This record gives sequence, C-alpha cells and structure tokens, in this order.
Amino acid sequence: MARISLTVDGVTYTDDVAPRTLLAYYLRDQLGKVGTVIGCDTTNCGACTVLMTDADGVPRSVKSCAVLAVQADGRGVTTIEGLAPDGDMHPMQRAFHEQHALQCGFCTPGMIMSAVDLVADNPDPTEDEVREGLEGNLCRCTGYQNIVRAVVAAAAEMRGAGAAPSTAEAPAKPAPEPAEVAS
Amino acid sequence: MIPVAFDYVRPSTVEDAVSALANAGEEGKVLAGGQSLLPVLRLRLAAPSVLVDLGGLAQLRGARVDGDRLAVGAMTTHAEVAGSDVVRAEVPLLAAAAARIGDRQVRHLGTLGGALAHADPSGDLPTVAVALDAELVVAGPGGRRSIPAAEFFRDLFTTALGPDEVLVEVRLPRLAGWGYRYEKFQRTAQAWATVGVAAAVRRENGSIAEARVALTNMGPTPVRAVAVERALAGADASADALAAAAEHAAEGASPASDLAASAEYREHLARVLTRRALTAAAGL
Amino acid sequence: MTAVAEPEIGRARLRKEDARLITGRTRWTENIALPGMLHMAILRSAHAHARISRVDVSAAAAAPNVVTAFSGSDVAETQGTLACAWPVTEDIVMPTYPPLAVTEVRHVGEPVAVVVARDRASALDALELIDIDYEPLPVVRDMEAALGEGSPLVHADAGTNKSYTWIFDSAQAGSGGDVAAAAQEAEVTIKQRYVQQRLIPSSLEPRSVIVDPTSGDWTIYSATQIPHILRFLLAATTGTPEHKINVVAPDVGGGFGGKLAVTPEEWIAFAAANRVGRPVKYTESRSETMVSAHHGRDVIQDITLYAKRDGTVTGLDVKLTANMGAYLGLVTPGVPILGAFMYNAIYKFPAYRFECTGVFTNTTKTDAYRGAGRPEATYAIERTMDELAAELGLDPIEVRRRNWIKHEEFPFTTVATLTYDSGNYEAATDKAMSLLGYAELRAEQEARRAADDRVQLGIGISTYTEMCGLAPSRVLGALRYGAGGWENASVRMLPTGKVEVVTGTSPHGQGHVTAWSQIVADRLGVPFEDVEVRHGDTRIAHKGLDTYGSRSLTVGGIALVQACDRVVEKARTVAAHLLECSTDDLEFADGTFRVRGTPDAAKTMGDCALAVFAAHNLPDGVEATLDADATFDPQTFSFPHGTHLCAADVDRETGEVHIRRYVCVDDVGRVINPMIVEGQVHGGVAQGIAQALFEEAVYDADGNLLTGSFVDYTIPSAVDLPTIESDRTETPATSNPLGVKGVGEAGTIASTPAVVNAIVDALRPYGVRDVPMPCTPERVWRAIRSASSQEVTS
Repeated sequence: MARISLTVDGVTYTDDVAPRTLLAYYLRDQLGKVGTVIGCDTTNCGACTVLMTDADGVPRSVKSCAVLAVQADGRGVTTIEGLAPDGDMHPMQRAFHEQHALQCGFCTPGMIMSAVDLVADNPDPTEDEVREGLEGNLCRCTGYQNIVRAVVAAAAEMRGAGAAPSTAEAPAKPAPEPAEVAS
Repeated sequence: MIPVAFDYVRPSTVEDAVSALANAGEEGKVLAGGQSLLPVLRLRLAAPSVLVDLGGLAQLRGARVDGDRLAVGAMTTHAEVAGSDVVRAEVPLLAAAAARIGDRQVRHLGTLGGALAHADPSGDLPTVAVALDAELVVAGPGGRRSIPAAEFFRDLFTTALGPDEVLVEVRLPRLAGWGYRYEKFQRTAQAWATVGVAAAVRRENGSIAEARVALTNMGPTPVRAVAVERALAGADASADALAAAAEHAAEGASPASDLAASAEYREHLARVLTRRALTAAAGL
Repeated sequence: MTAVAEPEIGRARLRKEDARLITGRTRWTENIALPGMLHMAILRSAHAHARISRVDVSAAAAAPNVVTAFSGSDVAETQGTLACAWPVTEDIVMPTYPPLAVTEVRHVGEPVAVVVARDRASALDALELIDIDYEPLPVVRDMEAALGEGSPLVHADAGTNKSYTWIFDSAQAGSGGDVAAAAQEAEVTIKQRYVQQRLIPSSLEPRSVIVDPTSGDWTIYSATQIPHILRFLLAATTGTPEHKINVVAPDVGGGFGGKLAVTPEEWIAFAAANRVGRPVKYTESRSETMVSAHHGRDVIQDITLYAKRDGTVTGLDVKLTANMGAYLGLVTPGVPILGAFMYNAIYKFPAYRFECTGVFTNTTKTDAYRGAGRPEATYAIERTMDELAAELGLDPIEVRRRNWIKHEEFPFTTVATLTYDSGNYEAATDKAMSLLGYAELRAEQEARRAADDRVQLGIGISTYTEMCGLAPSRVLGALRYGAGGWENASVRMLPTGKVEVVTGTSPHGQGHVTAWSQIVADRLGVPFEDVEVRHGDTRIAHKGLDTYGSRSLTVGGIALVQACDRVVEKARTVAAHLLECSTDDLEFADGTFRVRGTPDAAKTMGDCALAVFAAHNLPDGVEATLDADATFDPQTFSFPHGTHLCAADVDRETGEVHIRRYVCVDDVGRVINPMIVEGQVHGGVAQGIAQALFEEAVYDADGNLLTGSFVDYTIPSAVDLPTIESDRTETPATSNPLGVKGVGEAGTIASTPAVVNAIVDALRPYGVRDVPMPCTPERVWRAIRSASSQEVTS
C-alpha cells in the first residue's frame, strides 16, 4: 500500500492505496465519486475524463482510467461532481442541457470535463476545433452534433458573449435541480 | 480490468531511478506518462513486478537551446512539446507531430521519452527522431551515453535501452528556416497512424538544398526514406521533382499487413503522402 | 392550478432527465453498492471450439479474499438455460444454451468458470489460478463454409449448421405475382451481392448486473433494455417463482439493441448469488463486451431485381445467409425476418420472393442491433435501385419516382402483405433535394468528372420506410415470436394535483420521462412540471414489454393516452357530481371541466383528485380513485419514411471519403418533442455512417476476434462525422390517435445506403460498381484499381 494525499472536488483526502489502483477506481470505490464512469479499458472512450493539476498546478483533462492513484499524489482533481459549487451548474453543464447534448448520459461527465478543458485553452473555438478537441471522447447516442453546439454556446457564454440560441424553444428552462445560476 | 499487483517506486533523481531499475532487473518497468503502458497493464498483457515512476523527475521536463541543438527533456509531455515556443521555433516538425498524437487527454500525460522508449511502429515521434537524426541521451549505472535515433529503434517495441537505463533527453538539430510537414493518415481520429510521413526541407535559390524524410508504420521501426532524400538533393523545388522523388518512398520499407491496411496499400500511401508532405514542406 | 394554454405536444421541451446526468448524480448499475456485496469475475474461453475435459477451481477458491469459485459442471443442473424467444420456423434447430459452458465451448469469450470475491481485483487475480484442459475441436467461422458438406459442426448433435430456412413468396401469399415469371419476362436484370458486415452495438455503458438474494426474494439490477422480459425469462428458465423476482433497470447508458438481451452473465450472477447468499455484482470490461455481448448484422444478401427498360421494377428476389453465431440469443433468428417485409421498401413491386437461411458458426452470437433487419433490407434495395438507374442511364431519383407508392395511393398494401397507412415520399424527397441543392451539386459533379479531378463528388440517395412499433401481438404470434407486443401505462392522480405516471417502456437515453410528461400534460391539462414518470422497476411498473424497435411511443405512448382518457372520464363523473350537473353538460379543456354556458362553474383535475382523496362527497357507486391504467395492442405497425441525401468527396488517390453534406428529411408522423426527434436522427445517422465507413468486427480463421477493443473496432469520434442537416415532413399516422410513427431507428436505416451510394456514384465513371462495407480508404482504393484494370483488359 502507498500513502497518497490529494484534493478532489475541493476536499483533501489521505488514503492508503494499492499501487495498481487506477485513479478512476479510487474516485469511485474509495471516495464514492461515482459520477466519473469507466467505459473502456484502452483509454479510447474518455468517459472517465477528469481534470488533474499538472506539475505546475494547472488543471488538465486526463483519462482517470489511465492514471494510477499514486500518480495523483499531491495533485488536485476535479470531477463532474465538483465542477460547480453546490447547487450551481457550470455554463458547460447548462449548455449540454439546453442544447440537448446528451441522451443516455453515460459519456456526458467525461465529455463535459473535456469540453471545459478545451475551452480553457481555446475560449472561442470553431465547430471544427471543438470536434478536434473532443476526439478523445466517444459518444454513441448523439452523433456529436449537439455536443459541438453546446460547447460553442458554453464558450460564448463563458466569454460573456451571450449564449447561442438553444435547439429548444426559448426561454430555456433550467433543469428542476440543482437550481440554475442566477444570471 | 485491473492490472496485476506491482510495487511502485517514485525516485526523485535519475540516479535513484537507474538503481531502482537495476534492482528490479527484468521485472522492472519504467512508468513515464503511462498512456500506452497503463492500458497494457489493465489488459494484463504485461505484468511487471515493479513500476519505476519518473513523474517525480522535474529535471527531465522542458526544452532549451543548447548550442546548435534543441534539448528536450524526456518527461516533457506531448502537450508541452506541441505548445512550447522554443520547440515551435527551432524544430517545428517535432511540435507538429506531437500535436497529432492521441487526443488532448493523452497529450496531457504522454511524454516524449515515453513515446520513444515504447517504440511503437505506428508512433509518430520515433519517425521524427529518425528523420532529424536526433540523439537520445540515456542514463545507466555507468553514467550517460548518447544513442543516434537510427540505432535506438531496434525492432517492434524494442530499443537499444538496457533494462537498467533511462531515457533522459532528446537532442535535435535546430531547423529554423526549414519547411516541414508531418503527414498522418488515420482510419479514424482515434486510430494510430496507418502511415505517417515526417518531412523537413531546406530550400536554397529555387532548389532543394537538403531534405529529411522518414516514415511511420512502414516497418517494425521508423524507416528513413533514403532514396527520396537522395533524389531530392539539389533537385528543383518543383512539383514534378518532388513527385518523382516521392515515388521512391516505399523503397527499403517492409510494412506489415494488419487490420488497418495491407502492406501494398501502405506502400501506395507512403508514396502519395510523401509527395504531399514534401509539397507542403517545400512551400509549393 | 394554472391552465395550460399552449399544447405541450410539439414543443421542444428540455429534458427532465438531464439534471442528474450532467452533474454526475447518476445511478448506473455499476454505481450501486449493497451491504455485503461481492464481486464476480468470469473466465472466458480462449478457444473458438473445444471440449472441456477438466476444470479445477480449487486453487482459485483458496485464493485470498475469494468466497467461492465454480465452473459450469458445478451448476449444470441449476443454472437454467438461456432462451430464444423467436423460433421462426417449426423445424428450427435451437440448441441448448447453458450460461456457463459445461462440456463444450463454441466461441471465444464464452463463459467457462467464475470467481466471487470480496473485491474486483481479487476476483480477477484468482481467475488466473483456474486450471482448465481443453481438447480443441475444428472451427468453422465462415457462414458459407458452414453450410458446405463436411464442415465442422458447431453443435454436433444437431447434425447440421443450418438453424432454419424461412421463405416468403408473394405468389403463395396471394399478395403478388411469381418472381420466376418476372425473371422470364425481365428486360433488365440486376444481380448484386452485398455483405452486411458484423457490427458490435457498443453502448458506452458496459453491461452490468447485481443479484441480491437477501431478504427472501431476488432483486436484480441490470443494465438492460428489457427488465420485464428478464424477469419473466429468469423465472421461466430457472424455476424461480416470478413473484419473488424484482428487476430494476436503473440509469441505463444506451442500448441500441445490445441490451435487448437476456445474458449469460445475468444468469451466472444469479447462480453465484444463490450459492453465496449475498449480493453479487458483475460489470464487464469493454474487452469482455466485445467478445461476449451479442453482435449485429453479419448477413450475406444475394439480390436479383427484374425490371422493364422504362425503369419499372417487375420482381425482386432476395436470398439471405444470416450468421447466428454459436447460439441463438433472445431474438437472433427473427432479426433477418424483420427485414423480410422491408425489401420492397416504398415501392410497388408486383412480385417478391424472400428466403433466409440462418447458420451457426463458432463466433459470438448475433442479435438485434439498431434497426434489426430493416437497415439491411433498406441497404440492399436502395443500393440496387441505384444500380438499376445506372444500368438504364436514369437519375437515381427518377427510378425511385417511377416505382414508389404515390401519396394519393395510401393506404397501400404491399407485396409483402403490410398495409402502409400513410406517407408522402414525394414531399420528403422534394424537400431533401431542395435543401441539398441537388441540381447544383449534380452540375458540380459533371464539371469535376469532365476535369477528371483527383477528388470526385458523389451524391447518394436513400429513400426508406420502416415498420415500427413492434408490435401487433397477433402478427408477432403469426411470425412465431414467443411474446406479444402490447404496452401498458398507469396514471395516478395525486391529491395535490400532481400526476405520477408509470410506463412499461424502459428508456435508456430516449427521453421518455420528458416526452411522456408532454403527452400527459396535454391529455390531462396539467402543467408539464407536475408530471413524474416512473419506469424500469418491475415493482413499480409491474406490466410492460420494454423498449426496442421504435415501439415505445407508438405502443407505450398510446397506452398512456388511453390511461389518461380513462382518468379524465372518471374525473368527469366526479366533476359533474360536484357541479351538480350531468356529465353531458361538461366540457373539458386545459385541465378544467366547465359547465356549458356557465363557464364560471368549473372544477379542475386537481379539484377532482382532492375530492376523491377526501371521498366525502362522491356519487354512489363511484370508487374513490381517478387512477387508471391501460394496455394497448396496436392493430398494425407504423411506417416512418424519409429521404436522405449524402454528398461525399472521394479522393481517387488514397480512397479517402469525406462527407461534405448530409441532408435528411424524415417523416415520423406527429412529433411530440422536435428536439428529441432531431437528437434521435443525429445519433441514428451517425451509427449508419459508422457502418458505411468505419466499423467491422473481424475474426481470424481460428475464430479469434481481432477487433476486441475500441482500438481496433473503430467507433467514430466527433472529427469523423459530418454536420447533419435534418428537417421533417409530417404526415400523421392514421393508425393511432397520436398520429406518431417512431424515430429510434430511422437514421440508422436510411444513412448507410445514402453514404455508400454516394461513394459508388462518385466513382461510377471510373468503372466502380460497388465497394464492400465498411468503405475504408483501402477498400475504396482497391475498388478503383480493380475497376480500372478490368477496363484495361476488356
């Protein structure tokens, strides 16, 4: 067993883990962070994507099934569950809802985390840049079109440029819970 | 799937890493970025008993100019290589190829040294290293030695690295002013290169002064397209001359036939992609 | 209660399902942890065909943290058998299908032994301690070889690899002429062989199951599309009392037919849980999904089309060889038969013969994958219609026009005996052509052909229809399907005016909670927000036949409407009593009963619900409830249709295909939620494009699956797919009160031939007549090369 200490969604944890424990399983089985899911065993699907700080402390998208928990020692990890403060929604989450960018929702946590990382790097991506930027995440339901739309819309909102029109009728209603951020 | 259990060492010096590997013997394995290794471990295709994690070696990260060379630390990630100002200025071909590896998540963790030491025949960076005559600096129990890229890649997933050696740095010639192109052909965005072509070209007064060309996935190791380079030396920087040179691309290659492509198609692609890469690199 | 003025049906309501999915507050089966729960790992056969001569699990059983280990012979008497619900012919060969192999394995990946341990890692570690001796047996992988004389037999006791031959002949059925006669009189004959490659459904959530045998009965959590069918079959095949079994399908991450299955893993987990008396969980890894979960398609299609020189088709002959794999899954034999009714598609063919032979091979079983039989049929006929057009020098759209059913000819009974209630192929096609700019692109194509450009433009057309809403129970019975096709719904009026709806459908991404809320809100006149929809738990939704075959709305939605109408009728009686008038004096609108001519005298649904809750003042003989349920069994299928157009650039040098434009106009009848419909079309089109260009499950000669992970089974990512320009026409179905037709499979059915037709169209001047799927760059390149070498030699 190896002793690790890391911060996940704002909470610091110290745990003993077997070295072979993948970060994804550590999050799910030891921390109960089951919002992060595992869809494959070859790092293709990206469903397990979380943000992890790099050696310089900058959060970067990583596939948590391709990181050992021991490699996350001393790092900060953000999962889909910690993306927005309690009760709030991150603009990317809201955009996924408003643009109907999910169906079954299994790829969604990883897709959203990847999209957040992409927009941090490129605040005004074109549709093609979004497609390129999400190449590490597979979705079997949506054909990606509304995902692309959602990321472009969220990026606009995050830049303060105003959200693109929703695929749904206006005014877009927030999901019943958690409450939408007051704008 | 979950890997077979192993011991884990995270040294903070290169010397400690080398001695950890020496202690582990054949059962040891270096963990760099882990983006190729961890899937292999999860599928239980390999079961090392000790992993030596180089993640604590901050001294192996980053790129700097060192005389007429660009020196890049082995633990520099693909994202860092692709985004590095000094790499883009001095060896833009390396940055361009690194930007095409895997996906964003993989590039955030995968490292230059890991990709070279893994020696996957469909990997992009070994080809760039061979095209540019990179020198690979390795540390072992007896100190450091430098291995030319052409001698580093021995076979499929096999390099000149000893079991107790660690790749620490990659030294590349500075190619500011050269034209370049990494042409990558994939079945899907997630697929490894069916064939890749790394090309760098220096033009002088309307002709090709120097050209370096190497191919990905055209054999068990990267293939230097010597015949193409020879045909280009001193040739006109014209579409016809480049096309004629590219016809030699598959000479000396021994591509595999697999699910992604047959050997015959790979040879065809090598010629087409070499022409396209040269055309872009020559600015035509 | 606020009156609802704007109809909910037709609104692009955002989904109620999303909130928990986008915040990670999900309940996938793998997320569920029960007290005392153990983890199961499965040892799978590495042989495609072998006799199991010895299994020793003792070392595994003694390993750290291991609670039990066992093999097939340990549970042979109790594990039950997996059932096939669709014996399509009387003399079908239906081998027994033990969940854990007992004496013989017949495909790579077949479960052989299991370990149950405290944690997942220990279970996996102990698998390596199981000692098995196999005696390899000869392997047959190829379908046609399997039918040949002297082929190794997958099931030796059957004496044959043929499972069945199923025939339809319009001359015998009385629905059309004799194809042999059409053949004799044909002015043009088009013969084509198409291969529907084997696909792997690949929902993003791997399959997962927990069996909890504690507290005296069994609760099964499973990532399944079919909790009700699972409950019934588990009871029927293991002898467990059905009323002691509860099945829960929690959040389910996609299915596409891949979870329209009762699986060996569910049965094995059941056996394991019974053995240890504790909850047992099994979640497969993706690599296990690839070899063990059922595959789709894998059909060889020999098509012969007879026509006159004016383009009028006079007969169609279809011969299929369909790969069953090693065993028959839930509906394996029936999948190609679903297609039997669709080869004639939207056309007025006068004569039709269909014959399908199901074949066993040493491969993973096949079963339903999105569209199930209908994409194959549509592909074959739409490809063939293009070949006919090319043969006659006609525009492919013109050939279709000359044969399709005109809108004024509905209802129309086809040569395959189905009666299409409605449709307007002209309108959908015209709209699609105009959206694409068909004429302009044809002009560009001409120019590029004339210039002999390296990159050629192709325009692919697919005009499709499908039979949805599986289905009329009597028809299914006539086709020898083991169950019915009805659906159930319950509507419960709560005293506060809120509505709890229970549906027998089992969504796994389709958005039923949202769409059903819209239907109920309209029907009862209550706010959308006041409706809650429950599903996927047999204790709550006690009756249902689940979700597949684009049936949920066209069957389950109608059951819901009927249940709502019954609630309204009950409420009307109560309202009339409260308002002291006759029920005939009441009109019902926007959730309120009003006395005609006295609009102020009114009672809302909420008033009525509270009145029956209190029950102080009800008419004599009226029960104190408004709740109602309904079971709906449609009289016929529904028939969505549409026109998809694909413009593709094809690089003659590398064989690369780039989809430049993809335009689709679908007619799915009346639309409940256009946003959800568009999403279904996008996803369906993406999967159809994936079949055309990217995906194929490949075996080697020894029966090893070479595409055993997402590394080699190449599912497209966002970069690989085009933007889809989708639109609709709306010709309501006349066969149901909502006018709906279903949309789950339309995109997948239509898109594959549109893409391949575009590729062939681009390359036709270079002599290319077909490219086998998936049309990888190499296959396209080879097609060009072999066509040009033939031209040189001829």
